Amino acid sequence: MATGIPPTHWVNPNPPAPAQKPPATTVGWIGWLRAHLFSTPANSVLTLATLWVLYWIGGGLARWLAGAFWEPIWANRKLFATGIYPSEQLWQPAVVLLLVCALFGLSAGRWGSIMRTVGIGLAALLLLLALIPLGGMAQAVMAVGLVLLLAGYWLGARGGVASRWLVAGWILSGPLTFVLLGGIDLPLLGASPAVDSNLWGGLMLTMLLAVVGIALSFPVGVLLALGRRSKLPVIRYFSIGYIELIRGVPLITLLFMGMTMLPLFLPSGWGNPSQLVRAMTAITFFSAAYLAENVRGGLQAIPKGQYEAADALGLSGLDSLRFIILPQALVKVIPAIVGQFIGLFKDTSLVSLVGLLELVAVAKAVIQQPEWLGVAGGVAREVYVFVGLVFFLFSYGMSFASRRLENKLGFGKR
Amino acid sequence: MNKRLTMVAISLLIIAVVYSACAAPAPAPAAAPAPAESAATEPAAEQPAAPAEQAGSLIDTVKARGKLICGVNNQIPGFGNVDANGNYSGFDVDFCRAVAAGVLGDASAVEYRYASGNDRFTLVKSGEVDVLFRNTTWTLTRDSAEVGMEFMPVTFYDGQGMMVRKSSGIASIADMDGATICVQSGTTTELNLADVFRAQELEFTPVVFEDNDKTLAAYDEGRCDGFTTDKSGLVSSMTKMADPSEHMILEDTMSKEPLAGAVFQGDPAWADAVRWIVNGLIEAEESGVTSQNINEMLASENPTIKRLLGVEGEMGAKLGLANDFMVQALTQVGNYGEIYDRNLGPDTPFNLPRGVNALWSQGGLLYTPPFR
Repeated sequence: MATGIPPTHWVNPNPPAPAQKPPATTVGWIGWLRAHLFSTPANSVLTLATLWVLYWIGGGLARWLAGAFWEPIWANRKLFATGIYPSEQLWQPAVVLLLVCALFGLSAGRWGSIMRTVGIGLAALLLLLALIPLGGMAQAVMAVGLVLLLAGYWLGARGGVASRWLVAGWILSGPLTFVLLGGIDLPLLGASPAVDSNLWGGLMLTMLLAVVGIALSFPVGVLLALGRRSKLPVIRYFSIGYIELIRGVPLITLLFMGMTMLPLFLPSGWGNPSQLVRAMTAITFFSAAYLAENVRGGLQAIPKGQYEAADALGLSGLDSLRFIILPQALVKVIPAIVGQFIGLFKDTSLVSLVGLLELVAVAKAVIQQPEWLGVAGGVAREVYVFVGLVFFLFSYGMSFASRRLENKLGFGKR
Repeated sequence: MNKRLTMVAISLLIIAVVYSACAAPAPAPAAAPAPAESAATEPAAEQPAAPAEQAGSLIDTVKARGKLICGVNNQIPGFGNVDANGNYSGFDVDFCRAVAAGVLGDASAVEYRYASGNDRFTLVKSGEVDVLFRNTTWTLTRDSAEVGMEFMPVTFYDGQGMMVRKSSGIASIADMDGATICVQSGTTTELNLADVFRAQELEFTPVVFEDNDKTLAAYDEGRCDGFTTDKSGLVSSMTKMADPSEHMILEDTMSKEPLAGAVFQGDPAWADAVRWIVNGLIEAEESGVTSQNINEMLASENPTIKRLLGVEGEMGAKLGLANDFMVQALTQVGNYGEIYDRNLGPDTPFNLPRGVNALWSQGGLLYTPPFR
């Protein structure tokens, strides 16, 4: 441009900035990836490494799943459910199942809350099993169970049953289960052949051990916890001694002791308790000691003022425990107690070592059936994966129900 | 805590003490054994589960109960298994059935009790099983008062063997100097392996695993030159391999594992009855009596067969059994050879050669004292 010549056209005094690259996308999936996974070089490396690990694990899993051989589980579904329980008498466990379904239905209707959560889970499980062609009467039993559950809910929700009767029903269902499973002598239908408890097995036995262990260890554990806080030395030291002794011994040791030594402690007229009873006793003793410590934690968390307030109201010792102390203490330790029950449920698999055919023992037997000898690599992986899933289903169910209960009671939000 | 609360705690604790001291199993008996036990013993003896030495011989208890309680395994292919319907089968299980047939006349009158490796002897000693047929090796310690078993005649001579690849050129243990060998840890197998190699002054590298399936998988992947366990186990393991035809089992036997039934020590009448039922199965094979031809054999003129089948003499009565006890066992279960073939023979996945389990007259070790 020559000097002295006036500008021939107007020049923008604020020339536009040179064109820049568009800004990095911060929206859409690319933006999300950038912000969350590749924000810094270190993050990028971590992301890639994680992807590789996922691919490595997922790929292996997918390859195994593609070639997995599930026939042993399907073929042995009866064995997994009830063990070597005589096939022609399977109606007895079926009646127990129906009874439990009806009780759950009534309770869910009457009490709602956590019972409804459990009832919904049970209903889903029954529906699923009723849709699978299990063979025999199994499908029909599941369907009837579902109907009973729903009918019970309807009846319970309409207030058709008093709480008192429902509690009595639950308490009675324990002995009734044992009578039904062991063989009964009905006045009209005639006797059904006795089924020795050694023939009970599979998931049925696992559930039975867990439920009996939980139901019996709870009162004993609460008593021990109170005893440990007692001011009377005999009671306190007895409780401490019991709790520490049992907690210092592995469950498997107690099981072996129960198997070999329990008969020695019993009066001679009592005969020899069955293996099942011995295992149940050992599990109950074991669980009670741990439960006592959990409950003690709850008791210690109750401020002294609560005791004093109970006294000031003129409540007797029993009433203050019943209405003031225990309700607060137990609510505080629900997560711990449920955690312990989940542990107990899984610990029942140890009874396979003392000759009871619960779920894990059935799995071991199935793996070694001669039918699967030709299968390269054996069938152990499939069988154990299945058993693991069953344990997970029930353990997670308990855990889920306990979270619902905590929310319901408002604990954990304070 | 105030005094009243303490009083409550005391009373609760007294209940707890009472509960745990004497009524501890009460919730259980109240619930469980009442139906289970009383029902179980209903058709049986007046004295449920009394110790053997007090209530006379187990032979009377079993007869009164109408059922034999037999301790078995359910995790050994071919020897003891439980099928999808909960029925037991296998080589060991057939001996339970033979004993039930001999004592009670009904091979199906058996209640099988799973005996784990840990509690099998306790079950026998506490009288919870009448007889144990559970791949149990007869050893001095177990026979002695320390463990207190009375062993029956050996039903299966097992021994530790070695599996190698056919392509490896190994023909015997002596060729295995410097070999890598897959073996299960914590078993006598591991100790036997070391003993045998040291005795032959051979070097080897053990590759040790927790359980049998893992050991086998490692060998199958080519991590070892050899895989060792009991020979009967090698045979069933072979069927689980990627290509069984590439492998072979060496002739060498590295240990003695005589597997035998066992009963409570101190009940000679019962031990004799079971012992001679087992002997009778072997004698029947030797005499050519099978479940198929037993009706013709009943008319046999051979004095041995006559005594075996109770046509002549009072052999059964001497044992406290019916005189036709072997007829029942042979008709319903078959002789030793039939039991072997049914569970381990050429028509089974195992196809296990008789080897030392052949009759003495055919170069094996099975030899029974005479029936007279």
